[in-house]
Amino acid sequence: MTFGEPFFGLSWLDAIIRILIIVLVMTIVVVYLTYGERKVVARFQMRLGPTRTGPLGLLQGFADAIKLLIKEDIRPRNADRWVFEFAPFLTFIPVFLVLVALPFARDWGVRNLALGMFFVFAVLGLNIVGVLMAGLGSGNKYALLGGVRAAAQMISYEIPLVVALLAVAMVAGTLDLNAIVSMQDARPFILIQPLAFVIFFTAMLSELHRAPFDIPVAESEIVGGYFVEYSGIRWSMFQLAEYASMWAFSIFGAAIFLGGWQFPFGDDWGWGWQLALTLIKSLIMILLIFWVRATLPRLRMDQLMSFCWKALIEVSFALLLVNGLFLFYGWPEPILAAVNWVGTIAFLGGIYLRAARKPSTKDLVGSYKHVEVSNS
Amino acid sequence: MSTTWPEENTTTTTGDLDTVDMTINVGPQHPATHGVFRMVLTVDGELVVDCEPYIGYLHRGLEKLSENADYRQAMGWWDRTDYLAGMCCEGAYVMAVEKLADIEVPERAEYIRVMMMELSRINSHFMFLGAFGADVGSFGTSFTYAWRERERIYDLIEEVSGDRMFPTYFRIGGVTMDLPDNFESRCRWVLASIRQGLEDLDGLLTGNEVFVERCQGLTPVTPEQAIAWGFTGPMLRATGLPWDIRKAEPYSIYPKLDFEIPVGNQGDVFDRFHVRLAECYQSVRIIEQCLENIPPGRVLAPKLPKTLRIDEGELYLPTEGTKGEYGVFLMAKGGAQPYRAKLRSPSFCNLSALKDLVVGSYVADAIVILGSLDIVLGEVDK
Repeated sequence: MTFGEPFFGLSWLDAIIRILIIVLVMTIVVVYLTYGERKVVARFQMRLGPTRTGPLGLLQGFADAIKLLIKEDIRPRNADRWVFEFAPFLTFIPVFLVLVALPFARDWGVRNLALGMFFVFAVLGLNIVGVLMAGLGSGNKYALLGGVRAAAQMISYEIPLVVALLAVAMVAGTLDLNAIVSMQDARPFILIQPLAFVIFFTAMLSELHRAPFDIPVAESEIVGGYFVEYSGIRWSMFQLAEYASMWAFSIFGAAIFLGGWQFPFGDDWGWGWQLALTLIKSLIMILLIFWVRATLPRLRMDQLMSFCWKALIEVSFALLLVNGLFLFYGWPEPILAAVNWVGTIAFLGGIYLRAARKPSTKDLVGSYKHVEVSNS
Repeated sequence: MSTTWPEENTTTTTGDLDTVDMTINVGPQHPATHGVFRMVLTVDGELVVDCEPYIGYLHRGLEKLSENADYRQAMGWWDRTDYLAGMCCEGAYVMAVEKLADIEVPERAEYIRVMMMELSRINSHFMFLGAFGADVGSFGTSFTYAWRERERIYDLIEEVSGDRMFPTYFRIGGVTMDLPDNFESRCRWVLASIRQGLEDLDGLLTGNEVFVERCQGLTPVTPEQAIAWGFTGPMLRATGLPWDIRKAEPYSIYPKLDFEIPVGNQGDVFDRFHVRLAECYQSVRIIEQCLENIPPGRVLAPKLPKTLRIDEGELYLPTEGTKGEYGVFLMAKGGAQPYRAKLRSPSFCNLSALKDLVVGSYVADAIVILGSLDIVLGEVDK
C-alpha cells in the first residue's frame, strides 16, 4: 500500500481514516507542544520547567489534560449562553479543517487540493468568528476588549500575510501546496523570496496571538482576553486551537518557504524521511516562535496597527509588484532572488536603524547625564 | 464619588450608533497591580478617560500600632511597610528613635546598616525591573532574571540576620549581631552577581526596540509638576532633579561615601526605568566602599536602658527609601511609647498622581504607567 492510494480502495473510508490519524497525531502533538513550550521557555528563563510528572516531566501535558477534563465547566450568569458555549468549537474547527490541505509527505495529506493555499487562507480566517463570539458572549469587559482587539488585529494582519504568500504563489505559478513543495527540490523558496518569509513570519505571529503581538490575550493587562471566563474543557479547546493552529501554520510555512518534505533529498530517501523533514522544519518554526515569546515585550494596539498598515502592507505590495515585473518580462530567477535579498536587508536594516536610536546601553552609569551634588 | 457608572448613563445617547464609555475594574486581584491595589478605569474604546484608584486593602494600622507599643516592639511592623526593602524601613525608624533619644551608634554598626540598606535597595529595584518588564509584556523572562539576583541577596541577608524579608536586624543603638566571618567574600560574590544581573536585564529590556517603543515619551513629567505632585525618589530624579536625601540631608555615614545620583532627562516612563537601573550600580559602589572601610569594634551601643523612655521631643527624619522620601515622624511625651508616630510613605505620594498620568493614554499604557510608579502596597496602605 502506498500513500498515494486510498486505504482499502474506499474513498470515504480512506478520508475518515486519514482524518482520524491526523486528529490523533494532532492531539498528541499539541500536548507535547505545550510541554515543549514550557520546557523551552523555562530554559530561556533559567528555570527547569515541568520535571515531576514522568521522566523529565514528559507526562505533564496528559496530567494537564486530565485535570482540565474533570474541572467544573463554569458559565457566568450574564454570559450569552449559546454564543458562549459554541465559541470554543468555532475557533477549534477551522484549525482542524486547515489540516485537510496540508502536505505532510509526497501526495500524502488528507486531500490534495488544487487550490490548497487559498483553502488555508479562507479557513484560517474563520478563526476570528469564534474569538469574537467568545469575547462578546462572555459578558466580561476584559473578554470584550480582548475579542475586539483580536478581530481588529487578525483582519489587519490577514492582508500582508495573504499578499506575501501570493507573491510566492506567483513565482511558483500554482496554489497547489503539493506542487509548490515539489518545485523546491533544488532550493527552498526562502532563498528566492526571503522578504515574503519575513512578512509571513511576522503576520503569522500576529494571527496566532503570540508575542510580541499577544495583545488580545495580554496576560498583564486583560488577563487572558477573550477566554478569561472559560474553564475546564472549553478553555482547553481554546488552548488546543491555539497550539494546533501554531503547528498548522508552521507546517504551512515550512511547505511554502522551507521546502516542506522535498528539500533536501525528499525524493531519494522515501516517505519516512519526508515526514521527518516536515516535522523538523515545522519544529524549527515553532522554536522560533517560542524564542520570540521568551524575549520580546508586547506592542501596544496602535503600534501594532501602524506597523501593519504603514510598514507590512506597503512592503508586501511592493514585493508583489516586483515579482510581477520579473515574471512579466521573464527575467532570470537569480536576479529576482538578489533583488528580494536586497529588499529584505533594507527592510530589516530599517528596523534595526530605528532601534539604534535607543539610549546607549554601554557603560550605563556614564551614559546618562550626571549632576555633581555637593554634600551639604 | 458618584455611584453611577458611565454605562448606566444612557440619557446622553441619541441616534443609533452613539456609544457610552465603559468602566473596567482592575484589581485588587490583577497581575498588574503588584498587590492589592484597585483602580476603576473608564475607557472610551482603548482610551482611558478617567481613573479612580482605591487603596486600603492592606491597611494594618501601622501608626496606631506603633503608638501603642514599646519603641523597640514597634520595629517589626515598620519592616512590613515597604516589604521589598525591609532594612530601609527599619533603618528609618531606628534612626528616628535614636535621634530622638540621643543614642550614639557605633561606627561599625552604621557601616553594616548602610550595607544592608543598600542591599535592600538593590533588591527592591530588581523587583521593579523584573515586574516592569512583565508589565510591558515580556513573558516573565525579565522577572526570572531579576529573581535570580533577588534570591541571592535574600540568601545573604538571611545569613546575616536570620530572616529574608522581615529581618528586624537593626536595634535601637546598633544592630543585633555582628556580621558572619565570611561576609566579605560572600558579599563580593553577590555584588558581582548583581552586576551581571543588571547587565542581563539591561540587555534584555533597554536594548529592546519594542520596550523602548512602549516606554519612551510616555507621560513625561516636568520637574515643576513632579514637585507639585510630591514626587520623590526615582520618580523625581527621572525628571532631571538630582534630589536624593542621602546627599541633600545626609544621615548615617552617607557623607563619607562617594556615589553619584543618576537623573533622567524628561521624566517619562523610560527615564524612570533607567534611573532605577543606574541607581543599582551606585548602590553596588556604596557597598564596595563600605566593605573596604568598615572598622572593627562594637555593633551595639553599650549601656542602653532596659526600657527606652523618651521624655519630650518630636522630630521628622527623612530618609531615602527605595521609592522616595521615606520620612518618619515621632513625637514623644514621656513614657515608653511614642505619643504620635507618622509615616510619610513615598509610594502613597507617587501614587496620588496616577489619575493625572493615566488619563488620556491607552489601557495598555495605563498598566505600564502604574508599573513605572513602582508602588508597594504595604507602604501605600501602611
